[in-house]
Amino acid sequence: MSTQDLEFMPSTDTVFERTGENTIVINMGPQHPSTHGVLRVILELEGETIVNLECVIGYLHTGMEKEGEYQQYLKCVTMTDRMDYLSANNNNLAYALAAEKLLGVEVPPRGQALRVILCELSRIASHCVWLGTHALDLGAMTPFFWIFREREKILDMFEMFSGVRMMPSWIVPGGLRGDMPEEFEGKLRDFIKEFIPALAEVEGLLVKNPIWVERTRDVGVISPEFALALGLSGPITRASGIPWDLRKSNPYSGYENYDFAIPVGKNGDVYDRFLVRIAEMKESIKILQQAIDGLPEGPWSSDDRKIVPPPREELDTSMESLIHHFKLWTEGFHPPVGEVYHAIEGPKGELGWYIVSDGSNCPYRWHVRPSSFMNLQALKPMCIGRMIADVVAVIGSIDIVLGEIDR
Amino acid sequence: MPAPIYQGERLEVVKVRERFPSAVLKVKEFRGDTFICVTRESLRAVCEFLRDDPDLEYKMFSECTCVDYSAWEHERDLTERFEVIYNLFSLKYFSRIFVKVGAEDGVPIPTMTTVWPGAEYPEREVWDLYGVVFEGHPKLERFLLPDDWVGFPLRKDVPLGGEDVDFAQNTKGPAVEDISMPHAGESFEGKTGSEDVSGR
Repeated sequence: MSTQDLEFMPSTDTVFERTGENTIVINMGPQHPSTHGVLRVILELEGETIVNLECVIGYLHTGMEKEGEYQQYLKCVTMTDRMDYLSANNNNLAYALAAEKLLGVEVPPRGQALRVILCELSRIASHCVWLGTHALDLGAMTPFFWIFREREKILDMFEMFSGVRMMPSWIVPGGLRGDMPEEFEGKLRDFIKEFIPALAEVEGLLVKNPIWVERTRDVGVISPEFALALGLSGPITRASGIPWDLRKSNPYSGYENYDFAIPVGKNGDVYDRFLVRIAEMKESIKILQQAIDGLPEGPWSSDDRKIVPPPREELDTSMESLIHHFKLWTEGFHPPVGEVYHAIEGPKGELGWYIVSDGSNCPYRWHVRPSSFMNLQALKPMCIGRMIADVVAVIGSIDIVLGEIDR
Repeated sequence: MPAPIYQGERLEVVKVRERFPSAVLKVKEFRGDTFICVTRESLRAVCEFLRDDPDLEYKMFSECTCVDYSAWEHERDLTERFEVIYNLFSLKYFSRIFVKVGAEDGVPIPTMTTVWPGAEYPEREVWDLYGVVFEGHPKLERFLLPDDWVGFPLRKDVPLGGEDVDFAQNTKGPAVEDISMPHAGESFEGKTGSEDVSGR
């Protein structure tokens, strides 16, 4: 590549064709605060009305799927956190479950319950960020500060668990990297008690707020049939009235043992998506309460020494454990030849991993089904015909994370 | 609720076989997932059938992805170099089915955007990263990669690393020690490199 090639700078014309005569083309992003990262939206306006819209993505593309093909199965885990960095545990779980499906490994009940706790905390943390930023985009600053205070408590708990606030990588194929620390339980119980009133405070600022209702009701409506054909999932489809949640419909990690409801909206507008996510946080608290009350004793990881490293104590006394330890951290494990897909209900929708194994210690193909990427497709049909100010409301309600979209 | 099973096979497979006897090349079951391999010509008809049949109702398009099998050493499902996998979900039984189609380099396969509009982004991504052409796709342009990118990085013949870095043209390429000791799978063939190790 010569220096001349570097002068190439993509203009709006290269990716965008005008449809109207007297229209104006506006470029929103990638450095726009309400595009939640580096999303670039090219808008074609007639007056203030949007006649066409195009999303330009890829500013955060780091080739993780390529990199995954060169990493051992256990070492892939750290990359999963960095995709949807707001709910790292859910990404860990989706990948771990796909790898376990390939290996045919079962995780003991305590491990499953701890996974549910971590994932539900992650879901609440992710929804907290969504709520804060969504409100901030529409001009309400207080919810952002109040709800981030709650999120901070969750991140502290993750730090207590794993030593890392946002990228725990604690859920790995075969189980968890370690057991729950002793102080965690009290902290979690406090959080469960404090969160519902704290959420009610923030909710009270918005739910009947005339400005909020005006800006969100009947904005960005999507019909249930079209939502499914577009590949949308998660709170967006539920707000459109489809009672589909993978935790209920295709349970994993023991979700069938918990009692919780699926909140469903009616109109499929921004306001309904707001209500659905708020209700989901409350359901998550219910799950957390049940999980911590019924937390079984016992091992938290599979006892298959080919996949899970032996405990530290065993290394001093058992030659076999030492060999397993060494083999696992140098070579990794070799799953059987085949291809699997496993999906979980992430905070943003269906989050799945597709792995093709050729029997070596690295995946042959390592692919994520990113929920935000598919959900982003809804932006165009939701916005066309609406005002430019509604774009901000709609982007917020889709709840995108560019780390996951671009990968 | 699991998908109904007839004579040991999933209902989807039985129905598709019955309706398109020559279309189904292979049916694979692995770890509870069902993969139906179909011919390129019948792909659209099979997908429309899966979507519209009142017993199946695969109305949700979950995603599609692609695998480059040029470095594969085991038994294959299809003979072509690439396999495009359509991941479909039905809310009737909450069941999932995978439809696979083979694609050779440069030979287009029909787009599914006419069946499910949601195929637009993932198909564009597959074109961007693998170079599989989807005939009739509204916008096959660079998506995740820059507009001026050359090549398809997820193909198996593209090595990891060794890309030219935009802001260090010919001055701070891969350092000599990196070229002499590449990581697994990396290749610096044709790259000049430099002695300068600062600024990297």
